[in-house]
Amino acid sequence: MEPTAQAAQCRSDIQRRSDELGRRGENLAADYLAGMGLVVLSRNWRCREGEVDLIATDGQCLVVCEVKTRSGTGYGEPSESVTSAKAARIRRVTAAWLRAYRVGWCEIRFDVLAVLCPPDGPVTVEHLRGAF
Amino acid sequence: MSLASSWAVALHGVDGVLVEIEAHIGPGLPGLQMVGLPDTALSEARDRVRAAVLNSGERWPPRRMTLALSPATLPKGGSSYDLALSCALLAADGRVPAQRLQGLVLIGELALDGRLRRVRGVLPAVLAARQVGIGEVVVPTASLAEASLVDGVRVHGATCLKEVLGWLRNPDGTELARPGPPRPAPLAAVLDLGDVLEQGDARWAVEVAAAGGHHLLLTGPPGTGKTMLAQRMVGLLPALTNQEALEVTAVHSVAGLLSPETPLITVPPFVAPHHTSSVAALVGGGSGLAKPGAVSRAHRGVLFLDEVAEFGPRSLEALRTPLEDGEVRLARRDGVVRYPARCQLVLAANPCPCAPPDERDCTCAPSARRRYLGRLSGPLLDRVDLRVAMRPVKDMGQADAEPESTATVRARVLQARVAARARWVGTGWSTNAEVPGPVLRRRFRLPRAVTEPIAAALHRGMVTARGADRTLRLAWTVADLAGRDRPLVEDVSMAMGLRDRRAP
Repeated sequence: MEPTAQAAQCRSDIQRRSDELGRRGENLAADYLAGMGLVVLSRNWRCREGEVDLIATDGQCLVVCEVKTRSGTGYGEPSESVTSAKAARIRRVTAAWLRAYRVGWCEIRFDVLAVLCPPDGPVTVEHLRGAF
Repeated sequence: MSLASSWAVALHGVDGVLVEIEAHIGPGLPGLQMVGLPDTALSEARDRVRAAVLNSGERWPPRRMTLALSPATLPKGGSSYDLALSCALLAADGRVPAQRLQGLVLIGELALDGRLRRVRGVLPAVLAARQVGIGEVVVPTASLAEASLVDGVRVHGATCLKEVLGWLRNPDGTELARPGPPRPAPLAAVLDLGDVLEQGDARWAVEVAAAGGHHLLLTGPPGTGKTMLAQRMVGLLPALTNQEALEVTAVHSVAGLLSPETPLITVPPFVAPHHTSSVAALVGGGSGLAKPGAVSRAHRGVLFLDEVAEFGPRSLEALRTPLEDGEVRLARRDGVVRYPARCQLVLAANPCPCAPPDERDCTCAPSARRRYLGRLSGPLLDRVDLRVAMRPVKDMGQADAEPESTATVRARVLQARVAARARWVGTGWSTNAEVPGPVLRRRFRLPRAVTEPIAAALHRGMVTARGADRTLRLAWTVADLAGRDRPLVEDVSMAMGLRDRRAP
């Protein structure tokens, strides 16, 4: 195989693995929210502004969730990677979601669900309410 | 526990202000906020502290953390808060007993691997801690000797964050470095007065200046030993008293000039700024909060301005108020600071721009000569009691008599200083140079017969009234050197002779 093709293959392997991890984290997060009695309205809702992972509601308040999944804390906690730029993008996408579904004024909360899936050991879900 | 506090010290000139550092850990996205007017160096503490905490094997709390530095309105800067910041954070996280941080000041900059680095201004910081009754201080080991100069405070030295954390958790089991016995300061190589050839007048003038604390101006052709004499002047001055040594050391600590080998400055400093120095370099300055300049570094010592006629007029004028008040007050964006500036001025200048070895060979136009020394403004020269013109050396030292050494002259100077101090005790002055003219003319009035030479010169217009006061001050110093309790006619004549009438 050509060296560049080999590198591309390698990259796509890593990419696939991290996509899988993200999906697994999102499934875990959706289960977690459902376990808390919330109703999940949208998953991976996209628009031209970007994507939100989970939008749920507890009947009064719209809960917009960013799910961050990591397999270890070697490069920091999962929740640390939610930067202010990302928070701003999630706000814009949420506005687009509200427009798309013609939802009027409602209370909105932005949460972060930090899912830690170590290769050996139990999975933990950390729920930061009103993170930003 | 999600709330804790620790103590650090902010420097405001040579004064320290105690700063309480509060740490709060609350829910939210992980991150660290710092409030309390930090400057750039202090804002960067965020990254230093994080790396140091992680590399010391501690957990970095994945929470929203807020650090508040109080008093919040006081601008704070520098890297000396790192240790206190990290300890407050870890205490808020419950990793360190929070009550151990009370009554304890923490000073030091953190390296990314957790090592503690020395910072400037440790001595004023420890003094400030003692003033508010805090009895325990942790400093970097490199600053331990400097910090231990303050009595009544338990000082600990640490090399890294890990060591400090271990000590906080288990004060009985682990012991931080304690200051060793005070080491005698290494004797600085004193330049000997015996090296200077001839120049009897100028040597005598240096002796009088040292004895009375008078400012001195030496003029003469190049190569006659003006600089040599000035450098040997500090060797004649008495060693600093404890209080003076602390003052001088505090200034040098703030300027970041102390070395771990010589934490305490016990000999009068000698500072010789170049004649291109800016105003800020001479009297202090800089953005934010002003830093000490040459005049403060020379506090209780000698400020030597070589080629004084080449200094910019603005630089020289800037020296006037510090010399008058004995301190500099500098206003900058972040506030007004006071630095002590009680130094003895020694000025050296050539008589003219061309400065030939023999003045008769001068090729300068008379107007150029006048302009050259005319750059020394009247108001500055007013403060200079002694003005001596030096002549070219004519003999290479085969002369029969060996010139007097520093030790011999110093003994006379010290005796004269003791006599002067005894006379002015209770008045706030310690040297003759500080005594105002009216006091000399009224409270310490000399008999008419003694002051006759001055009166005659005044009458003939040879000296001004101010010049007469100056001559009187010198006469007292000459008498002190001669071991008399008041000046006689010959002392007054000698004083008149020491004032070079040709010099401006």
